[in-house]
Amino acid sequence: MKVKMLSRNPDNYVRETKLDIQRVPRNYDPTLHPFEVPREYVRALNATKLERVFAKPFLASLDGHRDGVNCLAKHPKSLSTVLSGACDGEVKIWNLTKRKCVRTIQAHEGFVRGICTRFCGTSFFTVGDDKTVKQWRMDGPGCGEEEEPLHTILGKTVYTGIDHHWKDPAFATCGQQVDIWDEQRTNPICSMNWGFDSISSVKFNPIETYLLGSCASDRNIVLYDMRQATPLKKVILDMRTNTICWNPMEAFHFTAANEDYNLYTFDMRALDMPVMVHMDHVSAVLDVDYSPTGKEFVSASFDKSIRIFPVDKSRSREVYHTKRMQHVICVKWTSDSKYIMCGSDEMNIRLWKANASEKLGVLTSREKAANDYNQKLKEKFQYHPHVKRIARHRHLPKSIYSQIQEQRVMREARRRKEMNRRKHSKPGSVPIVSERKKHVVAVVK
Amino acid sequence: METAPKPGRGAPPKDGEPQAKRKKPRRYWEEEAAPAAAGASPGPPRKKAKTRDPRPPRSKSVRIAKKSRFCQKPQTPKNAPDQKKKPQRTLSGAQDPFPGPAPAPVEEARKFCRIDKSRALPHSKPKTRSRLETAEAQEEEASVRAARAELLLTEEPGFLEGEDGEDTAKILQTDIVEAVDIASAAKHFDLNLRQFGPYRLNYSRTGRHLALGGRRGHVAALDWVTKKLMCEINVMEAVQDIHFLHSEALLAVAQNRWLYIYDNQGIELHCIRRCDRATRLEFLPFHFLLATCSETGFLTYLDVSVGKIVTALNARAGRLSVMAQNPYNAVIHLGHSNGTVSLWSPAVKEPLAKILCHRGAVRAVAVDSTGTYMATSGLDHQLKIFDLRGTFQPLSARTLPQGAGHLAFSQRGLLAAGMGDVVNIWTGQGQASSPSLEQPYLTHRLSGRVHGLQFCPFEDVLGVGHSGGISSMLVPGSAEPNFDGLENNPYRSRKQRQEWEVKALLEKVPAELICLDPRALAEVDVVSLEQQKKERIERLGYDPDAKAAFQPKAKQKGRSSTASLVKRKRKVMDQEHRDKVRQSLEQQQQQQKQETSKPTGARPSALDRFVR
Repeated sequence: MKVKMLSRNPDNYVRETKLDIQRVPRNYDPTLHPFEVPREYVRALNATKLERVFAKPFLASLDGHRDGVNCLAKHPKSLSTVLSGACDGEVKIWNLTKRKCVRTIQAHEGFVRGICTRFCGTSFFTVGDDKTVKQWRMDGPGCGEEEEPLHTILGKTVYTGIDHHWKDPAFATCGQQVDIWDEQRTNPICSMNWGFDSISSVKFNPIETYLLGSCASDRNIVLYDMRQATPLKKVILDMRTNTICWNPMEAFHFTAANEDYNLYTFDMRALDMPVMVHMDHVSAVLDVDYSPTGKEFVSASFDKSIRIFPVDKSRSREVYHTKRMQHVICVKWTSDSKYIMCGSDEMNIRLWKANASEKLGVLTSREKAANDYNQKLKEKFQYHPHVKRIARHRHLPKSIYSQIQEQRVMREARRRKEMNRRKHSKPGSVPIVSERKKHVVAVVK
Repeated sequence: METAPKPGRGAPPKDGEPQAKRKKPRRYWEEEAAPAAAGASPGPPRKKAKTRDPRPPRSKSVRIAKKSRFCQKPQTPKNAPDQKKKPQRTLSGAQDPFPGPAPAPVEEARKFCRIDKSRALPHSKPKTRSRLETAEAQEEEASVRAARAELLLTEEPGFLEGEDGEDTAKILQTDIVEAVDIASAAKHFDLNLRQFGPYRLNYSRTGRHLALGGRRGHVAALDWVTKKLMCEINVMEAVQDIHFLHSEALLAVAQNRWLYIYDNQGIELHCIRRCDRATRLEFLPFHFLLATCSETGFLTYLDVSVGKIVTALNARAGRLSVMAQNPYNAVIHLGHSNGTVSLWSPAVKEPLAKILCHRGAVRAVAVDSTGTYMATSGLDHQLKIFDLRGTFQPLSARTLPQGAGHLAFSQRGLLAAGMGDVVNIWTGQGQASSPSLEQPYLTHRLSGRVHGLQFCPFEDVLGVGHSGGISSMLVPGSAEPNFDGLENNPYRSRKQRQEWEVKALLEKVPAELICLDPRALAEVDVVSLEQQKKERIERLGYDPDAKAAFQPKAKQKGRSSTASLVKRKRKVMDQEHRDKVRQSLEQQQQQQKQETSKPTGARPSALDRFVR
């Protein structure tokens, strides 16, 4: 007879002294871990609930401006520095870690229309209603010195926007035409226009750095190449576009914030149909900015909220609003992709977390591991109705909520009408136009 | 090895081939002629399944690579140069004696594999498809890693073998006790408790604690390893059944009238009057449900975490006294007096399935830990084993002289049956196979009639409650040798237990999720998906996912004339039409084939002429 009994030595399973950590032998045999899927589901549900519980995105409000904040700019080198221009011509430089204003400049008379930093971070440019472009030093004047711009360029018309080249000492302004300037000269190198309307914003492409995009109030978006004297091509939409922003990672994509409450992501190479139509806002979209990862962007709207959209989704993943925040005019996503700043009508700059439920500060490795695990679980079970319902739920102010309902009814009515028309007319005479094709009027080269 | 096989083929080198010139690296435990004599593997022969060949031939890893969609791409190009220039030297001149990735045992990886590779991926959009492929590759990688981690398991399962021709069933408990070490011998004991009559018993989920309840009111709980008594009371009422709740601190006792819950000090915590006249108790640990079946014919689920009755189901089959739970899917099996076993879930008012098992009443039911086999015994003295994976067909049956009154499965699939005062134990041919009922593995005679049976988890022990008390039998090879510290740790401290309890409560599975297939939650809900699609099409008035009509491309050099465009369109249309016709023809043929091959069934009846 040969016999062996299972006989464990307890010394191998319990810790020797109180100072040791407990021993946890593992066995991954599936029969010892039954109900794998239901348990993971419950964990995912809990993780989703906790995510909503901990979703406290609002961090701080920077107050100090004496009029509505009209434009924001990030510092290219310092994460903690932010510049803002207000409607009374004042420019403020903020320190985000201290949440304090470090410098105030009375830059223009009337609105500060645009502000941008130079790529090296030593100076910044502002344009205002007083038809001037001013270059300022980033660090303040010495003791007893006057606050004065480095350069001032007096223009003929009002400039509405400015953007600096990503590598070269050149910048572009827009107004009645798009002007390309050399920093050293007081006259533009070249000016380009196509049509006779005022251009509201101009943006340099971050990778193909000679490319520019601009949007004008005659409803079109125009692309330019800085090296040639004429514009490249333009696309005409249903309504006017307020701003555009280039995707920093896939720089052939840009997103346009439109007056018709939607955002359109275009592929520069094929402008006849947007890649994606992002709709969730209930009023005109005023500003848009990409996250440095290029996966998401944030949009500011006249409906007193900001929304975060994934690039490849047509619906927003997040909406931020507070009772006191009025029409949001400008928005920026910080370069560490963790925070969002928005400047609004009621003179405040607000700082938000990009990921509402994220824990700030240094995480221990266990916290990180738990976080990753929960993230994966949420992803795995995201389509289950219960999980989806909790993850999607957002509280909205009554005005936005009721407008959403109203617009849903309107859209439904329009759809029904079209369906009826199609039903009662010759087959094929009322074609089905996809949502993406609907809003593009024409592409001109 | 000069003529190394191409990596894609991966044909294993035959034994007859001349060995490589360079001497193969040898592990210290290998014998001199290890590769030649494949049979001379170290260790006892019964461990053959477990022992891995220390250095599997190259072909094996190639075979893995070939099977898996994931490994194929990165590995094949890597192997090719690897095999060409065999001696791979490092800067120091030392050679890696075991080059390449660590071998992954294929057999074990299959155990951990959660995907069905026989099913082809659905035909879907490229983006979805690539995501599915990635997910599948990750699953596979995880299973390989889990299989590699098997190497780290410390304990080996026990065994009992007779010397040539000796029948293990003849081996007495006293012989086993004499042969094993002192610590194991101490696990065999008898409690002589003649006064309070036949005993039911229950081990806690960690296997450390034992609760016993005598018919005449004796209730006790003890740490049976150290033999430390936790409490002992007499409830002054008949005790039908006793069961630990999720931890050893709570104890449910089905008494004559009502269900009571005691703590480990013997203090009565709750008296649950809605569970009256309970005969059997089962605890579903992941759902925190206490299932009771009663004389009144109700199956009641009590949520012990909130103290609410989840459902009370009327089985409509008279008195219920035979109950077992399926540990794989938490379905309750009830045995009835008409010979059927019905399967219940709290989410459904009707039984999920009814299986006709015996000609007489069902006396006992047990389900094994993988949820594959169900053993039943009935008044017709039969002991049957059913396959629970779909068809509920009997696999094997055996007539016992007395018929078994109590059945229990162990963690490794041993089946124990209590017949009068004898306990028989059968074992299968290997892990995860049904026990073969020909020859018992062990038998044991007790001093009284068996009244309760349970294998102790994680210990090679079978606890038997009988009219003379309690006995603890040694059954080598019954228990899972390696426990998981985060699930059921017999050596856990108080702090660990508290932590575990909180975690377990946080991930309490809702009772509605109990169904026959616990993995169904991770499957795609095709029915509602199609329903949604239909509704969407109805709402929109057209199918947004439909294929667009063919639009011929514009061509150069006058080939885009109207006539040629129409011709091209016509061509595509004709092709589509032909495909459609071909498909429908094929379908018709198949249907005809099926109809002809279908057996005509029973004999034609005179009444057939009235069938419409």
